[in-house]
Amino acid sequence: MTCEENRTILHAYLDGELDAPRSAEFEKHLENCAACVRALEAQETLRSKIRHADLYEPLPNDLESKIRRQLREASAPVPKRFVWQWLAAAAAVLFFAGISWRYLPKFGADSGLSASAFASEIVDAHIRALQPGHLTDVASTDQHTVKPWFDGRIAFAPPVKDFAEEGFPLIGGRLDVLQGENVAALVYGRRKHFINVFVWPERAGEAEQYTGSKNGYNWISWKQGELRLCAVSDTNRDDLNALKDLISR
Amino acid sequence: MLEVRRSFGERAEVKGRAFKVQDREQFDQLVLPHLRAAFNLARWLLRSREDAEDVTQEALLRAFRFFSGFRGSDARAWLLQIVRNTCYTWMEKKGSMGSNVEFDESLHLSPMPGPEAQAVSGSERERLTRALELLSPRSREVLVLRELEGYSYKEIATITAMPIGTVMSTLARARERLQELLAPPARKEAARDV
Repeated sequence: MTCEENRTILHAYLDGELDAPRSAEFEKHLENCAACVRALEAQETLRSKIRHADLYEPLPNDLESKIRRQLREASAPVPKRFVWQWLAAAAAVLFFAGISWRYLPKFGADSGLSASAFASEIVDAHIRALQPGHLTDVASTDQHTVKPWFDGRIAFAPPVKDFAEEGFPLIGGRLDVLQGENVAALVYGRRKHFINVFVWPERAGEAEQYTGSKNGYNWISWKQGELRLCAVSDTNRDDLNALKDLISR
Repeated sequence: MLEVRRSFGERAEVKGRAFKVQDREQFDQLVLPHLRAAFNLARWLLRSREDAEDVTQEALLRAFRFFSGFRGSDARAWLLQIVRNTCYTWMEKKGSMGSNVEFDESLHLSPMPGPEAQAVSGSERERLTRALELLSPRSREVLVLRELEGYSYKEIATITAMPIGTVMSTLARARERLQELLAPPARKEAARDV
């Protein structure tokens, strides 16, 4: 074995990585090679310099909390597939809302055309909500679960009450988009039907109340404080009126 | 010969019998305690605390995503493996790999007051830091894993995906080179003439 080869072996020896026979062989070489002895000593010095230089990098103060925050976000229990479905639906609604916003006058008490555009959109939103997995973002019959869920998701507080005893059990809530704006949607059950109640801040110039129907779906829209509510369902108009009376009670 | 008896096959065995862990709580318990080691390795590989912060965050997120696939007992080595891979990806993206194989003399032996001149001034820690930063990423990596983490050749081979013989020769060259960089200029000239 040449001295050159031994220079690499020397490091394995230094690191205690040689097995016993190989180690003994190298020690024998050291007895006859002053150069390797010097090299070994130099390496031992270098090693102790490194160990004493305190090279281990201290952690930045806020790195751990940053990472914990990231991990919390990454592990939030939102099924990915649902998010994509939801985003796709929202994108579609935004697209059509954008079109109607541009080409149709704003719906209101004065225009029959805009009211029908509104009717289409609200009925479409209701039908869309009935697609599997779309009905609720927060599924709960407990108003104390559903109401806080909207906190921080929208800039207004929709009235959330359960009317199970009156025959309109609260099923849950979700966010939706109407005319390009975020709205709250409350979902109630009525026998085997669903009723979507959309809620958004009242816009200027809307009538107190109006109703309509399209393709067998009925809707009723009314003003309540600073909010505008609109209940939509395939159930009959009397049911909608009853629910409206309960909500605005 | 070298103790290559502890072969790579062992890894597969460890995989087979070990537990499966998935959730956040276990991640916090098993992986997060090694955050400082992760940051330390990233800092030495990237030669910058700022870059190391970014890459450590990315690496931890990756680790969390891969965590369900972690079967083993050494979460620290597992994490460091992800950190070094993330570092290399990052360096490739930034084009800051330099010479990834070995120290490139033509690049680094610039005229006065070149990096080597700087390497011999200042405190011991500063001198060592500058000298280490002149080494290739692979050399820095094995040195950090060996000298700062105390890993065996076999463990370093696992973390870096290098053959054990390459670990040994890289480490030998890295130390020789480090010594050269730290030597007083006069002795270095003499050494170069040989």
